[in-house]
Amino acid sequence: MQLKSLRAFAAATVLAAAASCSGSKEASPGAPPANAKRVDESKAGNVAGRVTIEGTVPANPPIKLEADPYCASQNPNGARFENFVVDNGGLENVFVYVKDGLGDYGFDVPTEPVKLDQHGCQYRPHVLGVRVGQKLVILNSDDTLHNVHAMGKANGEWNKGQALKNVSDQKVFKSREVMLPFMCNVHTWMHAYVGVMDHPYFAVTHDGGQFELKNLPAGTYTIDAWHERLGTQTQSVTLGEKESKEVTFTFKAPAAGAN
Amino acid sequence: MIWLHRYARLVALSTVLLIGAGGMVTSTGSGLSVPDWPNTYGWFMFSFPMSKWVGGIRYEHTHRLIASTVGFLTIVLAIWTWRVEPRAWVRRLAFAALGAVILQGLLGGLTVLLLLPPAVSIGHAGLAQLFFCLTVTLAVVTSPSWRVASSPLNDVMLRRITLATTVLVYTQILIGATMRHIGAGLAIPTFPLAFGHVLPPIWTTGIAIHFAHRMGALVVVSAVLLTAAHVRHWHRTRAELMRPAAMLLLFVCSQATLGALVVMSSLQPIINTAHVVNGALVLATSLVLTLRVHGRPIRLPVVGGVPTPAGGDVPLLDKHLRGVRG
Repeated sequence: MQLKSLRAFAAATVLAAAASCSGSKEASPGAPPANAKRVDESKAGNVAGRVTIEGTVPANPPIKLEADPYCASQNPNGARFENFVVDNGGLENVFVYVKDGLGDYGFDVPTEPVKLDQHGCQYRPHVLGVRVGQKLVILNSDDTLHNVHAMGKANGEWNKGQALKNVSDQKVFKSREVMLPFMCNVHTWMHAYVGVMDHPYFAVTHDGGQFELKNLPAGTYTIDAWHERLGTQTQSVTLGEKESKEVTFTFKAPAAGAN
Repeated sequence: MIWLHRYARLVALSTVLLIGAGGMVTSTGSGLSVPDWPNTYGWFMFSFPMSKWVGGIRYEHTHRLIASTVGFLTIVLAIWTWRVEPRAWVRRLAFAALGAVILQGLLGGLTVLLLLPPAVSIGHAGLAQLFFCLTVTLAVVTSPSWRVASSPLNDVMLRRITLATTVLVYTQILIGATMRHIGAGLAIPTFPLAFGHVLPPIWTTGIAIHFAHRMGALVVVSAVLLTAAHVRHWHRTRAELMRPAAMLLLFVCSQATLGALVVMSSLQPIINTAHVVNGALVLATSLVLTLRVHGRPIRLPVVGGVPTPAGGDVPLLDKHLRGVRG
């Protein structure tokens, strides 16, 4: 009787161990489930457009670079905050993304990392997107110290020092988050905003506020445009097979003194 | 003993400097500019190269170095007091100060490692003021004047008022620290009205804390006015009471002005820090007055129909703390 109990206990232990081993093989973050629908690129369409701004845009205030002589030396003509980057009426550094409507589609996570550089005592780029599960490489190209302080909600908050030039850290985010702010507390003017997405349909406006979301399957989508100072605008777009649509978002400049 | 008193004053003054340095860290948003602790970017704290003291690091690292210095000064104060001070309660007080500064250092490190959770940061700010109070108390009770007999002070009302004022000032400092560490310094961005109204038309946690700090200021100013008026009316010949009462009035007026300027300047770091330091001075002055009021005999035993200081020159606080009745 005692031997039977011992055998049963041993069998249960082995089974539990096996179960825990198989359970520990979690899917990497962002990887699509095996039964996920795949986008047929031959039938996909595009959404392109522009983000504009109306009204008098406040001037970006100058940065007090003298807090770090190295930063001053890297910006001999001074530097300004990037609250509003406007080119010919188009607003840049706006994160445009499909917020809703993709249903059961699944998307492979890119293997190449996205780079966030600290260069000339500024984050480059200022606004960027990365996929859930994709590597984000945070590099210090400056010959001064930076601390990388990420203030995520869904992805947590952390703070890491980078004391030497060319050191880098890698991060992989597990959850979708729009937006995840980064800052440097050494140089308090340094801010970056990272959109962590679970699909590839996002873009940051450039060249006069232009953006493009390529290879979208037919469907009705909620598209958001996020700006660090002006908030979010939303539009709904219905896209047929192989169809291309133009979308324009227009933000209003804030009242004077709101910068 | 006079040198111990002078040294205790030095420790208290160093603590004012330390509170100022800490104030600059919070006011400039530099609390996380050095992400590690107790090291600094991997360097041993005291060997961190000066060439790397840039941006926010300058404030945070300076704060750490001053804190270490104050910690060392407090160790010396505790040992010195233990060796030369005959009163056991004063010796215990010196070691309480040492315990407080050690705990304060740990809280400082913890708040950096935990990314400035408000509860820990507020605790750090609150303990800083308590430690400052301990150093001020040590400076007062080791002073020669503390041991010199003075004429009796039969003023129970003043004892109550000064104690209440000190407690109110400390409470107000805690509310202010809460406001700073939850980022509510501009939750009400207008002064003196709140969004154009006497009472805020909308309420959030930040607005409520900010408004409580403004109301607290009114309460503290009223308490200080009452204290100063009482001292001036009843004890105008007592320089040891008139002096701190006048200073308290001066500091509290400066404090209210600085508080208004903090809002009007949109949290300008130097004004903001001056507000923090001046707040500590209000607390210290109120504490000195309280100690002097409580440290004097209130009822003297009557010998031969004449009130006589019992036990010679030992003030009442000494006797209370030693469990001796006067």
